[in-house]
Amino acid sequence: MSATLNIPPQFEIVDRPLDTQMTISMGPQHPSTHGVLRLELVLDGEMVVKATPDIGYLHTGMEKLFEYRKYQQGIVITDRMDYLNPLGNNLAYVMAVEKLLQIEIPERAQVIRVLMCELQRIASHLVWLGTHALDLGAMTVFFYCFREREKILNLIEAASGGRLTPSYFRIGGLMMDLPSGFERRVRQFQDAFLSALGEFHKLFTGNRIFQKRTQGVGYISAEDAIDWGLSGPSLRGSGVELDIRRMNPYTGYENYDFEIVTEADGDVWARYLVRMREMKESHRIVDQALARLQPGPVKADAPKVVLPDREAMKTHMDALIHHFLIVAEGFDVPAGEVYMPIEASKGELGVYIKSTGGPKPARVHFRGPSFVNLSALPHMSHGAMVADIVAIIGSLDIVLGEIDR
Amino acid sequence: MEAQNTQDGASNNPNSTPANTLEGPAPSPIAAALQREHPEWTLEIIEALGETTIVIPREHIVATCAFLKAAPGLEFNFLADLCGFDRGPEEEPRFEVNYHLFSTTRHHRVRLKVVLSEDDAHVPTVTGIWRTANWHERETYDLFGLGFDDHPDLRRILLPDDWQGHALRKDFPLRGYEPYSLE
Repeated sequence: MSATLNIPPQFEIVDRPLDTQMTISMGPQHPSTHGVLRLELVLDGEMVVKATPDIGYLHTGMEKLFEYRKYQQGIVITDRMDYLNPLGNNLAYVMAVEKLLQIEIPERAQVIRVLMCELQRIASHLVWLGTHALDLGAMTVFFYCFREREKILNLIEAASGGRLTPSYFRIGGLMMDLPSGFERRVRQFQDAFLSALGEFHKLFTGNRIFQKRTQGVGYISAEDAIDWGLSGPSLRGSGVELDIRRMNPYTGYENYDFEIVTEADGDVWARYLVRMREMKESHRIVDQALARLQPGPVKADAPKVVLPDREAMKTHMDALIHHFLIVAEGFDVPAGEVYMPIEASKGELGVYIKSTGGPKPARVHFRGPSFVNLSALPHMSHGAMVADIVAIIGSLDIVLGEIDR
Repeated sequence: MEAQNTQDGASNNPNSTPANTLEGPAPSPIAAALQREHPEWTLEIIEALGETTIVIPREHIVATCAFLKAAPGLEFNFLADLCGFDRGPEEEPRFEVNYHLFSTTRHHRVRLKVVLSEDDAHVPTVTGIWRTANWHERETYDLFGLGFDDHPDLRRILLPDDWQGHALRKDFPLRGYEPYSLE
């Protein structure tokens, strides 16, 4: 009797049956937040009143680090941002520096860049598909996706030596030419991939539980999507026909024939269909890139920027001197600023580099598509069920390494 | 309107559309249009590396963004990026804020720049024009300590709430201050 009287007033239990709201924390260890994302959910029963993303758990100060490293050393940092699409990050960064330096890249290097980036896009979408399915309770798809992705990672490893951190694109071209037999291995993958894609459709797309959980969920209209800065498949899922590969073409994308995939519905299901169809378009681009692949140099003719060949270093003194200077002191980049946008697997990946001269950048900023796409989550999840949050996060295809940088 | 826009996209030439719809010299129809309508809003126009940079006075940045978003033929309805830059503690003015604008219908880009001095480092928010500016401005506030007036939710976003200092300022050491502490 006396115990109840001693309860301080702030702990008083008040019977308010109409006040059913509560706040729960989802993450940062929740498996379907794809990393260390924390969501502060205000719930009314099972309905989400408000979802507030809390990010920064993976912040490692990469943009600061760029300012203390030479331009060529920055490439390895980009690998670690969007770790599902490292070649796309490499590409955006090296193209920004190349734009500052005004270097022309040889044709073969450009075709190989397209080839590798599209393979990487398929690999990135496969991880998205596997984890999206896993989040929604379909376990088998995950294993099939990773089986196919493994083949792409093996290809990337064959070309660059690294599976997740290739750093294959260098300022002025590529690290090295493709190994012998690489085209044959890509064709092997290409031949098997379409039937694998058919398997995914059979396994998952027709699944009625999956359809029920995604159709009409996480809706965002085209106007809102543009206003919130959505890009990539998340924007095209709202019916906006926008692809930087077509609108602001780079590295020769204007020469490739592909369709800009759009779906009008603006829900999780539409974004799912966009990515599934996009893999097929990437497959087409890889075929075209293979056909365009002609022998030739893979490094630009810029001896003060591009590392010389090993053989040249053994016979030419100037090659040895250039090698020493590039490695020991770096190369000077003229003062200026550029913003280089590319269509990464998740949307517009923009790299802003400000140079004030010298071998190190004054500022490097990454406009990560995941960062911007996630900021629209509160808008999409308003009024959704708790279980829908998992589907919506999956449909945005976020990578926390890029969000937190 | 939508149908016409998609045709623009298929024309495969991002530069043809704005040049056709606007008069003036070809290099920078965007800057020319802004200068013709509101000459007091443009402090400086820089054309370099194929990109247009327009330096805007701080008090006019919101009006400029609203104009660029609404003007027919410009239609900058997409804020691609917003980021800060620190020129260094001895420079005056010290800070820059860069706005990278894109048009989803015309497919052209422009960079707006506002320069700020250290003891008056705040700029009006553009969240009222593009909602996507919300997180970009929070990030710039977090890492550079620049204020965004009338921002709806100006909190730190990447670093903890009780972090001391602003990490991307040039006078903040790369390894932070020791001993490491969140006090």
